[in-house]
Amino acid sequence: MLLLTCPYCGVAAEETELHGGGEAHLKRFGPGSSDDDFSEYLFHRENPRGVHFERWRHVNGCGKWFHAARCTNTLEVFGTYSAQTTEPPNDLLDTIRAKRPGFSWRNLA
Amino acid sequence: MSARIATQGRLINRDTSVQFKFNGKLMSGVRGDTLASALLANGQTLMGRSFKYHRPRGVVASGAEEPNALVNLGEGDRVEPNQRATTTEIFHGLSATSQNHFPSLEYDVGVVNNVLSRFLPAGFYYKMFIHPRPFWKHVYEPFIRQSAGLGKAPDTEARDPDRYEHFYAFTDVLIIGGGVAGLQAALTAGQSGAKVLLLEQTAHWGGRAPVDGGTIDGLDPESWVDRTVAALQAMPNVTLRNRCMGAGVYDHGYVLGYERLTDHTPDTPGPRHRLWRIRAAQTITATGAIERPLSFAGNDIPGVMLASAVRDYLVNYGVSPGDRTVVVTNNDDAYRTAIALVQAGLKVPAILDARPDGGGALMDEAKALGISVQTGAAVAKVKGSKEVHSVLFTAQDSDGSETTEIFCDAVAMSGGWSPVVHLWSHCGGKLQWDEAQAAFVPDPDRAPVGHDGTAFVATAGAASGMMTLQEALMDATQIGMTVVKRLGHDVTATEPDVVQVDEAQLMPVWMMPAHAPKKLRMKAWLDYQNDVKVSDVQLAAQEGFESVEHTKRYTTLGMATDQGKLSNINGLATLATALGEDIPQVGTTTFRPPYTPISLAAIAGEARGDLFQPIRKTPMHDWHDANGAHWEPVGHWRRPYTFQKPGESVKDAVHREVRATRNSLGLLDASTLGKIIVNGPDAGKFLDMLYTNMMSTLKPGKCRYGLMCTENGFLTDDGVVARIDEDTFLCHTTTGGADRIHAHMEEWLQTEWWDWKVWTVNATEQFAQVAVVGPNARKLLEKLGGMDVSKDTLPFMGWADGELDGFPVRVYRISFSGELSFEISTPANRGRAFWDALLEAGKEWDITPYGTEALHIMRAEKGFIMIGDETDGTVIPQDLGLNWAISKKKEDYIGKRAQARSHMTDPSRWKLVGLETLDGSVLKDGAYAVADGENENGQRNTQGRVTSTYMSPTLGKGIAMGLVLNGPDRMGEVITFTNSGDGAKKARIVDPVFFDPEGEKQNV
Repeated sequence: MLLLTCPYCGVAAEETELHGGGEAHLKRFGPGSSDDDFSEYLFHRENPRGVHFERWRHVNGCGKWFHAARCTNTLEVFGTYSAQTTEPPNDLLDTIRAKRPGFSWRNLA
Repeated sequence: MSARIATQGRLINRDTSVQFKFNGKLMSGVRGDTLASALLANGQTLMGRSFKYHRPRGVVASGAEEPNALVNLGEGDRVEPNQRATTTEIFHGLSATSQNHFPSLEYDVGVVNNVLSRFLPAGFYYKMFIHPRPFWKHVYEPFIRQSAGLGKAPDTEARDPDRYEHFYAFTDVLIIGGGVAGLQAALTAGQSGAKVLLLEQTAHWGGRAPVDGGTIDGLDPESWVDRTVAALQAMPNVTLRNRCMGAGVYDHGYVLGYERLTDHTPDTPGPRHRLWRIRAAQTITATGAIERPLSFAGNDIPGVMLASAVRDYLVNYGVSPGDRTVVVTNNDDAYRTAIALVQAGLKVPAILDARPDGGGALMDEAKALGISVQTGAAVAKVKGSKEVHSVLFTAQDSDGSETTEIFCDAVAMSGGWSPVVHLWSHCGGKLQWDEAQAAFVPDPDRAPVGHDGTAFVATAGAASGMMTLQEALMDATQIGMTVVKRLGHDVTATEPDVVQVDEAQLMPVWMMPAHAPKKLRMKAWLDYQNDVKVSDVQLAAQEGFESVEHTKRYTTLGMATDQGKLSNINGLATLATALGEDIPQVGTTTFRPPYTPISLAAIAGEARGDLFQPIRKTPMHDWHDANGAHWEPVGHWRRPYTFQKPGESVKDAVHREVRATRNSLGLLDASTLGKIIVNGPDAGKFLDMLYTNMMSTLKPGKCRYGLMCTENGFLTDDGVVARIDEDTFLCHTTTGGADRIHAHMEEWLQTEWWDWKVWTVNATEQFAQVAVVGPNARKLLEKLGGMDVSKDTLPFMGWADGELDGFPVRVYRISFSGELSFEISTPANRGRAFWDALLEAGKEWDITPYGTEALHIMRAEKGFIMIGDETDGTVIPQDLGLNWAISKKKEDYIGKRAQARSHMTDPSRWKLVGLETLDGSVLKDGAYAVADGENENGQRNTQGRVTSTYMSPTLGKGIAMGLVLNGPDRMGEVITFTNSGDGAKKARIVDPVFFDPEGEKQNV
C-alpha cells in the first residue's frame, strides 16, 4: 500500500486515503482541435516501466489534487508537488535524473 | 504405531488432560498438545485422504508447512474447513473431522482413483473432459467436484458468532519470527532505543533451537530463550506478540499480521482474530527454514514424516511416531533425529544416508550409539498403505532394482532445508541459488525497496540461509545493527557465544534412487496436498511446459492451500532436471501473501452487519420507517420505494400514490438530491464549461435544467441549477451523483482551471427538501402562509426565499412530474417538523406521501429522462433528443469536442422515442427490438432497446421509453421486442411525452 505525502496538508497518506487520477500533465484539447490531438489527449497514455508522473487526490483528507513522480517498477517515490503546474518542478527533475540517469518520459529527460 | 512416551515433552503439561473428538470419537490429549501431536499420541496416524487419488495420508510436518493433516474444525456456526492439525492447539471440547472421503476415513470408495492413477496424470482433466462440450457442465464437473476437493464450506445459513477486529500499528522495526534469530535481532534493535514489534506465529518463543540443541552464552537454547524473552519484556520500547503470524509484506513497508487470540481458548471473551495493519520503517523477516521431503516411492504413506517433525513430536510433545523409525537423509541434521529417538529408548533400525561418504561428527555420534548407518543408500520404496510396513533400501546411484527390506513403522526423511523466503519475496525481494545448500536464499543486494528507494526488508538467521546456530545468531546481530542504523539509531551489540557441532556438507538429492524407473517415480510425491508426483512434472516438461509458471498451472504443483511450502524446490529441481537446465535458470514461481491462509472474518474485521457500510438517512427517515416505507437503496441512501398501507401490495401502493398526486396532492422526500453551491466571480464561466447549456445568462431568482457530460461526451448527470445571486449558483444533482459531481467539479477546478475564482461546497446534507406536488399544491402552501407563492410572484422555473408556517424555506417552482410542483428546502434540523406540518395541513386534500417508484412513473409519463435508465455511460444528450439543452453559442463545454467525433455524429445512433405495446401490456426493461438478419457472430440483429418501462396508472396502459434506430423518424411504426423469454411483443413508436404534452398542468 503506497505512502504518498500530500504537498498541501503535509500528511504522509496511505493509499486508502488517496484516489488515483492517472497520468499527469495532460494538455486539454477542445473544440476545433484535430482528431489526432484530441484522441491523443483523451485516450493515449504513457505506460512506462520506470519513472512516471501521476495525478492523485487526497480524497479522504484535505481533498486536494496533487502530482507524484514515482517509479512504477520499484515504487520509489521521487516527490510530490502541486497539481497547479504544467510541468514537474526542476529540482524534482534533477533528483530523478540523479537517481535514474537517462530516464525519459514524454518530452522530459 | 505412534504413541505418547513417558519422557520428553517440553511443551506439554501431562497433569492436565484435554478431551476432544476426532470423527466423533472421544480422545484424550494433554495441555500444550497440538491436534496433530494429540492424534499421534492416540495412535491416529491416518488423518485424511488426498485430494485427487484419495490416498491415505498422515501428518508430515509439525508446523505451518503441513500439507496433509487438514481437518474440518468446529461444529455448526463455527465450522472451518482445511485447518492444519499441526497449528491447532487443542482445548476441551474441540471437535475435528477428517476430509475428502466417503463413507469414512478408513473405508473410502474414492480410493478407486488411486487404482486408476495410471490413467489420471497431469493435465488429465484438460485432455479428457474437453469433449463433448455440454458434458463438462452436466456430467464431468459435478462428478469431479464430488470426488476431488478438501474441506467442506460452512453451511450458507451459518453465521459466524465470533468477533474480529483490525488493529493499526506503527513501529520503527518489525521483526517477524520469534526464533533465536528473531529474538537476537529484537534484542539488538531494542537496545538502540528504536520502537520494536516482534511477531511469532506459534504459541512459543525460540523456534527450533530448543529441539536442535547447542549452547548459547553457556546456556542451553531453552534457557537462553527464556532469558532473552524476559529481557525484551523488560524493554518499554519492545512489543512481543505470539500466536501472531506475519501474513504479508506490501508496498512501502505495509505489513499484515494475523493474530489468533482465542482459537486455543474459545470461551475467552474478546475478539477471536485480530488483523494487524502495520506500518514499519524496517522489517526483519526471521522466518527460519522448512525441511524438504525426499522424493522416493511411497513417501506419502502415513508414518513417513520429515525428520525435523519426528524430532519435534518427540522432544516437544513426548510423542513417538513409531517404535522403529528408519531415518533417510542427504545431510547431517537428520542424524539428530536418530540420536534423539535412540536416546528416548526408541529403535532406529538404520540411517540411510545418500552421501557416498556419509556425514560428520553427528554420524560418528549415531554410530557410537549403535545405530546402523548405510552410506550411498536410498529408499527404493516404502511398503504399506494406511501405515508403514517396511522400507526397501537400495543404492542411491542405482535404479532401485536390488533392494533389502527393513521392517519399521515410521520413516524420518530429510532432503535439506529451504529458507522461508516468502515474506522477503512478497514485495519484490530477489533470490539467489545457494549451490552448497541447494536452496534459494535472499539476495541482500536486491531487497524490496520502500518509498525512498532504499531497502525496507532484511532477513535474519535461517531465513537468510544461515543454517547453523552460530551463523544464525551472528547474522541476526549484524542485521539488527544494520537495520537500526538505517533508521539513524546506533547500537553496539555483541554476538552470543555459541557452541555447536560442525556439520558435513549436504548432497542434493532430487530423486531416490537417482535412476528410479517410472513405476517408482509414479509413486514419489512432490506436492502431497494436490497429489502431484515426480512423473507428473516430468510429463509436463515432456509435453513442452518449459516455464515453471506454466508447469505449476498444468500440474497444479504448489497450488494447494499450503502453496507448495514442502514441494516448491523439489518440483523446480525435478523440472530443471527434466529440461536439462540448472535450477536457477528455471527459477521460482511467485510468492504471494498471505504466508498461510488467514480467516476471511479477520479481513472483514468489524465491517459486518450494521457496520458493513454506513447508511445515509434523511431527516424524515424515521417517519418513513414508521409509515410502511418499502426501502430502496440509492447510493448509500435509503429511499422509500413506496409507502405500503396495511394489506396493500407494493404495486397497488405505487399506483395509489401516482393517482393521488395527479388528482390532488402528493409529497416527496427529495432531501437526497445533491445540492452543490458554486460561488465566486468566475462561477458562471465555470458552469458554462460544466453544463452543456448556458448557465452564465441565468438571472438570479431563476432556475434552469442542465445536463452534464464527461470529457468523453457521454451524459453523466442532470439537474436544476438555481442562480442565487451574481456570484452564487446552487446546482442540484441526482441522488447518486452528488459526491461524484462534486469531485468532478473539484477536479476541473484544481487541475485545469486553477486560476478561476470559484469555490464549491457539497451542501446536500445541510438541507431537507420536500416536493409538494399536485393540483392542490399551491393551496397547501397558501394555507401554511408566510410568503407569496402565486403564479405571478413565483412563476414556473423561479425560486424565492421566505417563510412557510414559520419555517425558513427556499421554494423552487420546478416539476419532475408534470404537475404544479414546489420543491421546498429548509435546514436539515427543521426537516422532520416541516414534513409533519405539511402532512397535517394537507389532510383536507388527502395529502399522499409517495416514493421513488411513483416519481419514476410520473416522470416517464412526461417523457423526462432518468440518469442511469436512459443513460448508461454510452449515451450522449443528442441521443435523447435533448439538443434544446445544448448551447449552440458556447465555444466549449466539457464533452463538446468528443460529441463532434465521427461515431458521435453518426446518424445511425439509436435515439430516444416512446413505445406503446399494441395490447397495452408492459414491455420488459432492457428488452431488445429485433431487426432482420444476423450479425457476424450469428446473433439476431437488433434495432433498439427499452430503457424505462412502466404500467401507467394515469393512462391505464403500459408505457415505455427506448433507444431505437432512426426512432424519431419512424413515429407510428410497429417494431417487435424480444421481451426476454416472454415471447415477442409488438410496440408502436410514439412521442416519449405520454401525458399532458402541452404542459398545461404544471404551468398554472
